[in-house]
Amino acid sequence: MADIKAPVERPLSPHLFIYKPMLTTMMSIVHRITGGALYFGTLLVAWWLLAAASGPNAYAGFGSFMGSFLGRFILLGYTWALVHHALGGIRHLIWDTGRGFGPQERERLAVATLIGSIAWTIIIWVVGYLFMGGPR
Amino acid sequence: MAAGRMSTPLARVLGLGSAKSGTEHFWRQRLTAVANVPLTVTFVVIVVGLLGRNHAAVVQILGSPLVAIIMLLFIASIFTHMRIGMQVIIEDYVHDEVVKLVLLMANTFFAVAIGLACAFAILMLSFKV
Repeated sequence: MADIKAPVERPLSPHLFIYKPMLTTMMSIVHRITGGALYFGTLLVAWWLLAAASGPNAYAGFGSFMGSFLGRFILLGYTWALVHHALGGIRHLIWDTGRGFGPQERERLAVATLIGSIAWTIIIWVVGYLFMGGPR
Repeated sequence: MAAGRMSTPLARVLGLGSAKSGTEHFWRQRLTAVANVPLTVTFVVIVVGLLGRNHAAVVQILGSPLVAIIMLLFIASIFTHMRIGMQVIIEDYVHDEVVKLVLLMANTFFAVAIGLACAFAILMLSFKV
């Protein structure tokens, strides 16, 4: 891995900051951030599964953390990140087919992802609380 | 094809490009993305269905064959997806060669270790029932 220095300082293409921030830009950035958050969120999934496999005491310990304010806050963030990344991913799969690139279409897809992620997060939590008794 | 002028016939046949792995990364990201959609929906349904249940009930449900198989598929798909996703993030932002290699290794170690831990727990739950 020899570091080869370029003989001249070549001009680089301008980075994101020189462009006007747009909804589609923000959604792209948020897609990457939620992906990164979900990466570390798998630690929660692993803790949950290992606690269940380890026995009632370990599972109660996991339950008391997830039931705390901090636990619920993290779980709420995890839910939103999961839904947002999933919907953003579907948007990318639509784009992969070559569709949805028009000026209005891409804006509509961005808005749908954002509204959809918030709506589904609320729906999942309402169902969780009303019908299942909430995280305990 | 613009690539035709600058590449040898062999390179064109292999189609591997500068990363030497062709479109495999791109393709695997899409393949797992498609798999993640139904698997994530099912995962959320399973988690919501287990909220507030006691440990014995959780073990029984998570250990039942259908739920365990879905969970194992979910784990396999998301850990593959997130490993190559994080790889792109590291390659985009980390330009120091040594730090980049260390982080790329750490990324694989994390994904394999945590993924295996999840799969192991699911198998334990299955064979306890």
